[in-house]
Order: sequence, then structure tokens, then C-alpha cells
Amino acid sequence: MTKEERIKQRHKAEKRFRFYGILSISVAVLFVFILVQNIFSKGSSAFYRTVIKTEVFFDKELLELGENPSIQELQSLDLFDLSVSSLLKIYPIDDPEKENELIQMFSPDYEFEIKKYLVKNPDLIGKSAIINLTASDDIDQLNKGNFPRDLPEDMRRVNNFQLEIFDTLVSSNKIDTIFNNYFFTNGDSRDPELAGIGGSLMGSFFTIVICLLLSFPIAILASIYLEEFAPKNKLTDLIEININNLAAVPSIVYGLLGLGILLGFMEFPRSTPLVAGITLSLMTLPRIIIPCRASLKAVPPSIREGALAVGASKFQTVFHHVVPLAMPGTLSGTIIGLAQALGETAPLILIGMVAFVVDVPTSPVDPSASLPVQVYLWSESAERGFVEKTSATIMMLLIFLIVMNFIAVYLRQKFERKWN
Amino acid sequence: MNFYILSLILLISFFLFFIGKIKAVSIVKKNTKLSALPNYYGYYIALWCALPALIIFCVWTLFEPLIVKTLVVKNLSSVDENALSLVFEQIISFTKGNFTGEVDETIKIGSVYYLKLIQLFESSKIVLVSSILIVCSVFAYNKISTKINARDQVEKILQGVLFLSSLIAILTTIGIILSLLFESIKFFSVINISDFLFGTGWSPQKAFVRDASTITPEELEKMAEAFGSVPLFAGTGFIALIAMIVAAPIGLFSGIFLAEYASSKTRKFTKPIIEILAGIPTVVYGFFAAITVGPFFREIGTNFGLDVSSESALAAGVIMGIMIIPYVSSLSDDVINAVPQSLREGSYAVGATKSETIKKVVIPAALPGIIGSLLLAVSRAIGETMIVVMAAGLAANLTINPLESTTTITTQIVMILIGDQEFNSPKTQSAFALGLTLFFATLILNYIALRVVKKYREKYD
Repeated sequence: MTKEERIKQRHKAEKRFRFYGILSISVAVLFVFILVQNIFSKGSSAFYRTVIKTEVFFDKELLELGENPSIQELQSLDLFDLSVSSLLKIYPIDDPEKENELIQMFSPDYEFEIKKYLVKNPDLIGKSAIINLTASDDIDQLNKGNFPRDLPEDMRRVNNFQLEIFDTLVSSNKIDTIFNNYFFTNGDSRDPELAGIGGSLMGSFFTIVICLLLSFPIAILASIYLEEFAPKNKLTDLIEININNLAAVPSIVYGLLGLGILLGFMEFPRSTPLVAGITLSLMTLPRIIIPCRASLKAVPPSIREGALAVGASKFQTVFHHVVPLAMPGTLSGTIIGLAQALGETAPLILIGMVAFVVDVPTSPVDPSASLPVQVYLWSESAERGFVEKTSATIMMLLIFLIVMNFIAVYLRQKFERKWN
Repeated sequence: MNFYILSLILLISFFLFFIGKIKAVSIVKKNTKLSALPNYYGYYIALWCALPALIIFCVWTLFEPLIVKTLVVKNLSSVDENALSLVFEQIISFTKGNFTGEVDETIKIGSVYYLKLIQLFESSKIVLVSSILIVCSVFAYNKISTKINARDQVEKILQGVLFLSSLIAILTTIGIILSLLFESIKFFSVINISDFLFGTGWSPQKAFVRDASTITPEELEKMAEAFGSVPLFAGTGFIALIAMIVAAPIGLFSGIFLAEYASSKTRKFTKPIIEILAGIPTVVYGFFAAITVGPFFREIGTNFGLDVSSESALAAGVIMGIMIIPYVSSLSDDVINAVPQSLREGSYAVGATKSETIKKVVIPAALPGIIGSLLLAVSRAIGETMIVVMAAGLAANLTINPLESTTTITTQIVMILIGDQEFNSPKTQSAFALGLTLFFATLILNYIALRVVKKYREKYD
């Protein structure tokens, strides 16, 4: 091999090596985009729902109402017969056995939706109105184009008869898509078209608030002690080793801790944000302490010496001068720690937050789910509608995380003082 | 109730702050010099009153349910021993008004007694807390004088508070170890440790869900075969191996590229994107692996005539590998950056190309750090839960075929503990034994990794 050939080969190797680097970075970056694109394309359709415009006649005689009925009276009405007869009117059916198939095109909550509309507009009694009634999940998915229509009938969730009704409704403009407010206000449901993240949103909110209230003050106090006051001895070393180890313990172990001590020994209520918040705060504590200590350490000693020189005590030095200067770093570390806690699933499953909760929780001691657990729960369901709901929940979760991380970065860049 | 007591304590101490301050100011006005600012006397009296009251309040609230339960259960002499806790649950739900069974005489008597106890405890709690408030504040108020330096006293108390909050780290570790050990010891009193560590069959659903003390010897023998965790260790290691096969090259090359080749502009743009991978919740990866990647691999497999399980170890491993790329890349980026520039310059000076310098000089110098980062990534992979729960299999399967489904330690913990558990069955306790193994495995890995990294750092300082 001549000298030139060898140099050529070495340069080729150089280029190859560089290419490997570019390739691996592209793989990682590409994956981020594929993941986000995949989730967003699956989930975006969950933000609107299919409704069937149905004419409902509120017959005064049939409802047996007096003049100016009160809200309670309206609420206690039995509207079932009236609702069913209105639903059946949207398409002429001769065969009474097929009526059920038409009813099944609506979400099972139709009676409740009609009643809600009536309570809101009590002057409609004796008149008729066109109400947007939520379509069933199958019709919803059909309308969104997620069900192929050319399959044989026995492989489709929507049979030929329902397809025929659907097409007639579409051509007479009775099918519409509107913003899916249910997705944000409703709790969990067995019917995908009615299921929402309202409950898990509140659950996550309570959990994170409890986690913040517990972990933030304790983390700051602990890091102040370790950075500013702790004497160099065995106990301090032990605490430091513990903090570093705890930050690397798998999250599921904290779930076992919550289950064994909080639920098993102290008998806290199961499935509640209270227990979830305590468990997660134990988990985030070391993860917050580490950045807090780093930002305290970054405050130059001259600040402390200046304060001490004019007669401040150690405490005044730390609390009046060092801590305020370290605040941006501390806050951004806390927010990043909380963002991690917000996405945590495994420990919450162990402390029973996987229960099926229909009601939106109103306090931290109500049973509830949380956003990531909701993702897990829905991903186990077979219905096509839940895939879309799961992806949309992930979208919400990712948006929260992006916002939190953005705030953390902003705080650090805007307010952190650069020394030297 | 607790909320009112708490706010009462806080309100009174807030109020006492001003009383203390006023007294201090009035002393100063008499032209006598105090050794601290008046505010500190306010803090002094407020802390003196709030801390003891809060401590008593917390201890009381934590132990009240336990004491009430023991007392009520003791009073239920006529009830069979095994049904005691059930009857107690019924009593509680009866007093809350949401009991839906037949109400017999024991429940009625028990509830009356329970309510009486609760009332007694609540009122004695209020009396105790308020008397402590009064005694402490009077005591502290009388102590405010020229003789004491409130600043020193307050700072001493605060330093104690600081110390206590840093102790929480130790308490958490103790809590983890105790909660894992407590159940594991119960488990190992039924199942032999060697059966657990070296047995090759895992099927906890076969275990009888009932009290451990009533199991017959034949059943015990069968159960010993149901709790062999070798398939779980193998599955965990296998999936972690697949993950590392993906993450190690990609992460290392990314780290090298970012540290050595990338311009600061590219670095500023790509590094955060790669770190997004670490910030995405694992349940999202699990969903992606289960819904998209698993079926995708299965389809590719069918095209090649291979039978790929839709919950293959491959899908879970690959996605987990992608998740841990940033752990490898940013740590190795850091250690490569820490290699002194003079080493590189020496290598260039003798005519080496950039890649040769990296391969022959930089990487060997950074090797301990790189190994440390890989070990940390392995410990991540072992402890990772949601990806394997959603994308890997549930049944234990001793295999080295990546296209089949396997299960892991974390998956089994979740599967055993999801839903309602019976605390006394070996099945539930086995989850804690698995957790204990997992805890120690990750602890040892982290310890080795930190040791390796530390040793390296000493070399160039």
C-alpha cells in the first residue's frame, strides 16, 4: 500500500466516523418527530365529536307539566319515551326489530342530553327544537374516516342498515362535528364518546399541588442545611449518599413504599391524590435537592463574606442574600422535578389510582385517576375511540410538560445571575 | 376538624408574633438595650408556641385511628378473630351512613362505642393542643427580657428544622427498606429463598390467595414451584440488553459527535431535542410501543415469514433503548468534554486524524466515565416499568428469542399489585420480594457506576 492510498483510507475512515455520529443524532431526532407526529395525527380527531341533529318535540300533555315548572320538576322528568320516539323519527323504519339498531347509533346518554337542553331552555315546552345529540362511538369513528367502509359486513362494527341511515343523514346535513367539550369536562366512561379527562386532570392537579407543597419547602430547607450549615461528619456524608442513591431508585419502588407504609401501615385512603402526592413528593425530593444545592453552590462566597462583614448572622446571610440569589435555579429545578412527577405512572398504579372513576374529584381525598394513569387505562381498552382519546390525553400531557419545561428554562435564562 | 385546629395554631402564633414584638419594643423604649432586633422576639414566641403544638397535633392525628381501632376491636369480644377487621370496616361505614348490609347488634354497639371514642379523642385533642398553646406562649412571653438573645435562640430552632428536613432523605431510605423487608420476610418465611432465586417457574396466579398460616404442606410444595424468579431476571436482563444494543452505539456516537464535531450552533439545536427523549413520560413510550411499534414489527416479521409476537421483547427493548439514549449521550458528552485539550493536541501533533484521536486517545481517557454512564443507563432500563408493562408480555417465558414475549420484574410487580390486594397472601408479598431484589440490583449498579466515574475524575484533577 502506498502512502497516498493509506492517507486516502484514513480520510475515508474519518468521514465514516463522522457519518456515524450524524446518523445516530438523526435517528434520535427523527424518532422524536415520528413519535410526536404519530401521537398528534392519532389524537387530534378526539377534540371534536360527531353529533346527530335531532328534532325533539316537547309535548306539554305528554310531559304532564303545569305552568312555569321549576328546575327541580324539569330535572325529575322522565324523558325516556319522548327521547326514543324523537330518535326514531329521524329515519323511517317499518321493522320494529330494527329500531334498536337506529337507537344504537346514538350515545347512550341521549335522554340526559335532551333533559339538559330542556333545563337550560325551559321556554321550549310545547315547542320543538333541533338538538345536537352525540353519536355513538362507532358512528363517530365512521364519520372521522377511521373505519374502512369496504369491509364485508360481519367484519364491520357498523352494519349495512346503519350505514344506509348514516348516508341518508349525511346527505340531509343532519350529521355534524362540533368541538368536544366532553373530553375536557367528563370523567372516565365505558363509552369512548362520553369519556373525558376532566377527572384525571383534576386528579393530576391535586397530586402536583400536594407534591409541590411538600417537596419544595423540604427540598429548599434540606439543601440550605447541606450547603451552608452542615458540619463535615459521618451523618452529613450519610445524608448525601442517601440523596444521591434515592435519585436513582426506580420509581416503582416508591410505589411499593407508598403501598406498604402509607396504605398498609398508616391506612390512608386508597386511590386518592393525597397518597399520590405524598408518594411522588418523596420521589421528587432528591431530584429537587440536587439542582437546589447546585444553585446555592453557584452563589459566590464573596456575597456571604460581604454580609458577614457588616455583622449579619449566618442565618441572615443565607436567608437574606444567598437564597434570593439562588432562587431562579431552585425554582427551575423544582419545576423540572414536578414535570417528571406529573408524567410518572408506575407508583400511582401501585397505590390504586387505576380505579375506574366516573365522578370528577373535588378534593384531594376523593378517589381519582391522573393523566398518565388515564393513558395507561385507556390504552388497555379495545375500542377504536379510546386510541384517539389516549393520544389526545398524551397530547395534553406533553403540552403541560412543554409549558413547565419552558417556564423552567425561561426562569433560569432571565433571572439567573452570571458571576465572574 | 383537623383543618380548624391547624388554622387555629397558625393564627395564634401569627398573633403572638406581634405580641412578642410589642413587648420587645416597649423594653427598648425604656432605654434598655436588647441584644436582638424586636422582630426576633416575635419569631421567638411564635415558634415557641407553634412548634410544640404542631408536633403534638401531628403525632396525635397519626396515631389516633390506630388506637381507636385497637380499642374498638378489643371491645368486640363476641366476634370471631378472623372477622374482626371486617366488622371494624362495617362499623366505620355504618357510622358514615353508607353501609348497605344487614345491621346486627354487634355493629350497632360497636358504632356507638366507636363514635364515643372518636368524640372523646377529638375533644381531648383540642384541649391538649390549646393548653399547650397557652402554657408555651405564657412561658415564652415571660422569658422575653434583656437576658436572652432571641436571634441566637430562633436561629438554633431554625437550624434544627433545617437539619430535620435533610433527615427526610434518610427516613425515606429507611422507609423503603423497611416496607420492602417487612413483607419480604413474611414471604420468605413461606417460600424458601433459594426456591425464589433459582426456581425456573413463575406463575403467582397459582398461589392460593389466603392467609399464609393455613396452607398445608402439599400446597406449599406446589407454591414453591410457582415463585421461581429466574425467568423474570432473565427477561429483565434480556430486554435491558436489547435496549443497550440500541442505546449504547446511538448514545455514544451522538455524545462523541456533540462533543467533538458539532458546531456550537448544531449543539444548541440538537442537544435539547435529544434531551426531550428523557423528558417524555414513559407511559407515552409504552403506548407508542404497544400500539405502533409492536404491530409494525409483527407485520415486517410476517413479510419475512417469521412469527413475531405482538408483545415481543424486541419492540419493548428497542423503544426502551431509544428512551435511554439521552442518558448515555449527555453523560458521555460530559466526560468527553472533561478530557483535557492537551491530550488531543498531542495526538494531532503526531499527525493523527480527528477520528483517530477520538478512538485512540479521547475514548480511552474517558473510558471509565463512559462505562459509568452505560451502567447508569442499564440501571434505568432495569427499573423502567411502563414500557414493559404495556409492550412486553405478561406470562413468564424463559427464552432468548427476541421475537417472543417475555416478562420482567417490574411488569410482574405491577400485575400482582394492580387492583385490590390481600395483604396476607404470598402472592402480594412476592411483589415486595421482587421490589427488594430490584432495589438492591439498581443500588449496586449505581454504586459501581459512581465509583467508576469518581475514580476517573481523580485522574485529571
